[in-house]
Amino acid sequence: MSEWWTYRAEDFLLFSPRVYWRMFESHNAALWPLHVVTLAAGLLIILLIAWRPGVFARWIALILAVLWIFVGWSFLWNRYTTVNWAAAYIAPAFAVEGGLLLISALRDGLAFDRRGPVAWTGYLTLVFGIAGQPLLAPLQGRGWTSSEVFGIAPDPTAIATLGVLLLARGGLVPWLLPIPLLWCLLSGMTLRTMGEPQAWAPYAAVALTAAAWIWTIIRQRGSLPAA
Amino acid sequence: MVGLGTWITFNVGNDPGLRDECADVMAAFFEGGGRMIDSSPMYGSSQPVVGYGLQKLGRPPALFSAEKVWTSSATAGPAQIEQSRRFWGVPKFDLVQVHNLLAWKAHLQTLLQMKAAGTVRYVGITTSEGRRHDLVEQIMRNEPIDFVQFSYNVVDRDAEARLLPLAAERGIAVIVNRPFRQGELTNRLKNKPLPEWAAELGVSSWAQLLLKFILSHPAVTVAIPATTRVDHVRENLSAAAGSMPDLATRQRISAHVKAL
Ligand SMILES: NC(=O)c1ccc[n+]([C@@H]2O[C@H](COP(=O)([O-])OP(=O)(O)OC[C@H]3O[C@@H](n4cnc5c(N)ncnc54)[C@H](OP(=O)(O)O)[C@@H]3O)[C@@H](O)[C@H]2O)c1
Repeated sequence: MSEWWTYRAEDFLLFSPRVYWRMFESHNAALWPLHVVTLAAGLLIILLIAWRPGVFARWIALILAVLWIFVGWSFLWNRYTTVNWAAAYIAPAFAVEGGLLLISALRDGLAFDRRGPVAWTGYLTLVFGIAGQPLLAPLQGRGWTSSEVFGIAPDPTAIATLGVLLLARGGLVPWLLPIPLLWCLLSGMTLRTMGEPQAWAPYAAVALTAAAWIWTIIRQRGSLPAA
Repeated sequence: MVGLGTWITFNVGNDPGLRDECADVMAAFFEGGGRMIDSSPMYGSSQPVVGYGLQKLGRPPALFSAEKVWTSSATAGPAQIEQSRRFWGVPKFDLVQVHNLLAWKAHLQTLLQMKAAGTVRYVGITTSEGRRHDLVEQIMRNEPIDFVQFSYNVVDRDAEARLLPLAAERGIAVIVNRPFRQGELTNRLKNKPLPEWAAELGVSSWAQLLLKFILSHPAVTVAIPATTRVDHVRENLSAAAGSMPDLATRQRISAHVKAL
């Protein structure tokens, strides 16, 4: 587009907050009671990382792979594209993330043996994605019907995935981080442009992930025992 | 004249309840004597939502369909216009405009060919928020366009310098977009009292006063506010009726709003 520098974020926002939140209401109504299954899967991920990470690491990646592909297809491709044509270009990125997680599962490429501040940041982010994000809708007076639920909506899925990746080690982690990070940035920008205070949630997930990674790198450079 | 914009307001996806609300706005629009509806392939689901409303209302004969072509590919223009036409469910568009001057040379050529072949009635170009007025002016001078669309309202008055006089001189119809600055003006003014002298113009709301300012410019053909509300569409349409402000009153309206 010519004179692109004269465009503001508002110029690219195609829909109103009313339509945005109605979309989650319709999506929740269409998929209920699948939420019970995805939330149980989220809980399982937390429990497996906390208690049996060695044995079940590949299952954690597999669960996330399925959910990324499902959210990309059911939410972004089938629903979000109806009000935002740009979502058609983003949905494939969710499939790519799903594919990368699948590779991690097949190769058993993630190890959940982190301890210390980075691990705690991971737990915090993961628990927020699963148990905190769905509360934002009622807390902001929209009612439960438009809640964003892990494995059903993109934000909690991406935030929880960042939490899992902060708890993980392995050569694939740097490959798995960019898509959830970029999604959180994009979602934060969308929410902020709509004037929605909950933009802080995806932004905070990005900030915590970045801080934890910088911390890890500094510790490694200083040849101190890595966190 | 007051038309109806569809940017954001009509992009409601497949939501049946919201689609019906848009159809209600359209019903009130036609009942109130409205004619021009403006949309674009850029506006998400707005085109199929307009099509849904038109079908529900039994294809109101008063409709003046104003669409746009919006693609950087010169060759993709005709297919996009045909897709838009199917979304609306109309035999042909009254007006197709080159949206934001994107690949304007090629699209204008296509549109002029379509006009010659009788598959579109009028052709035009659009811009907004004061962008590329030099190029708009150049096209208005050199190309046989019927319509030009740009932003004009009490605070954004750049168009008064060259574009509006040129449109009058060349007999080009003017469509005014963003009459309320995408709701910023109406929101800002909603808790402020209307000036007493506004009653002389027969207006009872800020929206009407803002529209009267635009419509009273002699070169303006139509303003196209967008709305999700039936009461607002009625209010907006009524701004075209009754007395219009003279030059001095127009300056007064603009100065008053700017000072608030
Ligand atoms: N480059 C281009 O070609 C271009 C660029 C911009 C716009 N456009 C066209 O121009 C149209 C109009 O511009 P726009 O939609 O950007 O902005 P606009 O018409 O200036 O403002 C729309 C906003 O005004 C509010 N509104 C409408 N009537 C009202 C009333 N009577 N009282 C109080 N508030 C009222 C609406 O809210 P409610 O829903 O609450 O009524 C809506 O949020 C667009 O829809 C589009 O078709 C074209």
